[in-house]
Amino acid sequence: MEIPIIMGTETEYGISVKNAREQDPVAASTLVVNAYKTSKGDAPSAASSVTWDYEQESPLVDARGFLAEVEPTISEADTNSAVNDILINGGRYYVDHAHPEYCTPECANARDLLLYEKAGELILEVSRLTAERLLLDNQEIIIYKNNTDYKGHSYGSHENYLMSRKVPFDTIVDGLIPFLVTRIIITGSGKVGAENGSDETDYQISQRADFFEKEVGLSTMVNRPLINTRDEPHANDKLYRRLHVIVGDSNMSELSIYLKAGITSIVLQLIEKGVVGKKFSLKDPVAAIKNISRDLSCQNQIELADEQQRTPIEVQRAYLKLAQQHLAPEERTPVVEDVLEKWQYVLDNLEIDPMRLSQHLDWVIKKKLIDAYRNRHGYEWNDAHVQMLDLQYHDIRPDKGLYIRLLKNGHVKRLLNREEIVHAMRYPPVDTRAYFRGTCLRKFPKHIYSASWNSMIFIGKSGGLDKIMMDRPHFGTQKIVGELLNNCTAEELVKEIRGNASKSY
Amino acid sequence: MSTEKQQEHLTRDVDETEEIQLNVEPSEMDEEFVEDLDTLLDEIDEILEEDSQEFVENYIQRGGQ
Repeated sequence: MEIPIIMGTETEYGISVKNAREQDPVAASTLVVNAYKTSKGDAPSAASSVTWDYEQESPLVDARGFLAEVEPTISEADTNSAVNDILINGGRYYVDHAHPEYCTPECANARDLLLYEKAGELILEVSRLTAERLLLDNQEIIIYKNNTDYKGHSYGSHENYLMSRKVPFDTIVDGLIPFLVTRIIITGSGKVGAENGSDETDYQISQRADFFEKEVGLSTMVNRPLINTRDEPHANDKLYRRLHVIVGDSNMSELSIYLKAGITSIVLQLIEKGVVGKKFSLKDPVAAIKNISRDLSCQNQIELADEQQRTPIEVQRAYLKLAQQHLAPEERTPVVEDVLEKWQYVLDNLEIDPMRLSQHLDWVIKKKLIDAYRNRHGYEWNDAHVQMLDLQYHDIRPDKGLYIRLLKNGHVKRLLNREEIVHAMRYPPVDTRAYFRGTCLRKFPKHIYSASWNSMIFIGKSGGLDKIMMDRPHFGTQKIVGELLNNCTAEELVKEIRGNASKSY
Repeated sequence: MSTEKQQEHLTRDVDETEEIQLNVEPSEMDEEFVEDLDTLLDEIDEILEEDSQEFVENYIQRGGQ
């Protein structure tokens, strides 16, 4: 494999203020995001004055990873720090449209991705608690990690995968669509009812399926495509592509998040190897995802382009088989091996009876909870209590969130422990450029003017600005810059990098 | 509550990581789950937002991405 996959997720959270005279989601989101800075959850707090570098000028391509350039003066009086926070774990936290949004740092494997996405949930909860103190006593901020208000408004959970630019986009589309459409049986979060003019149903597997209207396109907010064509690699664009996947649900279940990132990155490796092709092309992918979402048995067949019929489980099994056949020994890292095992386990059990996974996958956990609740009270599917239960499954409060209650009481499976999640709120992954970003923010908060995914601007002694480009996401790791960062001042760091532009950082 | 306390609160109850047992039949774990679920259901009406009808109706978001 030429370029090891690097991945990250962006989660938009739903937000509401209970007992507010008027709902203003932009103000509420801003309050929550800004509260995190004052909470010192992201100490050293001076990092909170660091702005996001929106200038995506990237003429500074250096095949070795970093390149420094000098900007003569501070370009503009940026005030974007008000709704932007670059986190010392290397992630980003800001207000997007009318939602608080958390982006994980770049992660090199699915377990780290899970860890940093879960750290994001804690970051939101710390922010929420801090922000709530500024409100009236009877007001509560409620935050949901879900994707819909059940009235046709959806907000996203996006995955990003860094890939080699060499793979033609059409090849990715052909190989990926059947996988994404069928993977919802593993990654769906479950939803009561239908939306967006789709066929009525009591309960469906995916929160997002109803919102997709075409196969490929650029938009993310209306007429959403299964494959998004945004081409903004935040890295050297001659070497890399950042595949932006917008079709996924926000997951609470650790296994759902872990497998979502794990199996998708494996399938992208297979596509890169050229072993997927058009084997599984579907006749009508947009209709198929809605049909699969409504088939709680996972046994109904969908039609392939060549008129063969397959169940979603069979399509997933075919991808799994390709992975078992074609991944090279060095690609079968312990995490990849574990993902393959759990992928098989989940498919085997879905085949027998999906309800066997009622401690594992979100859509099944939620279904089981709702079934028991309805049985007890005799509520219809469209009863407000049932809808409330669906919504509250995604509540991030430890005392109110139903998923979190199930987790605490040991009713759902864990892959992580609490200590490592808390650690991930404050420390970046060590094996991507997030290490450089997060560590610099921790160590030199007063010396950093702004940052973005692929740049950091340091404030020089004379007040001038030094921009360090980080165009190679696999560099800037602890292995490469750990010792340097431990033993230098900010000035020395910039000098060292600028003085050694020929050296790989 | 100070932020340190909040974080402590959040970190309390560190459970042992419980690896998914691949060789355990899900149905075995299931019986235990059903019992525990009953306990949760006992609590759920207290946990759920009181005014479900009104709350659900008023939960309106602007579309995101």
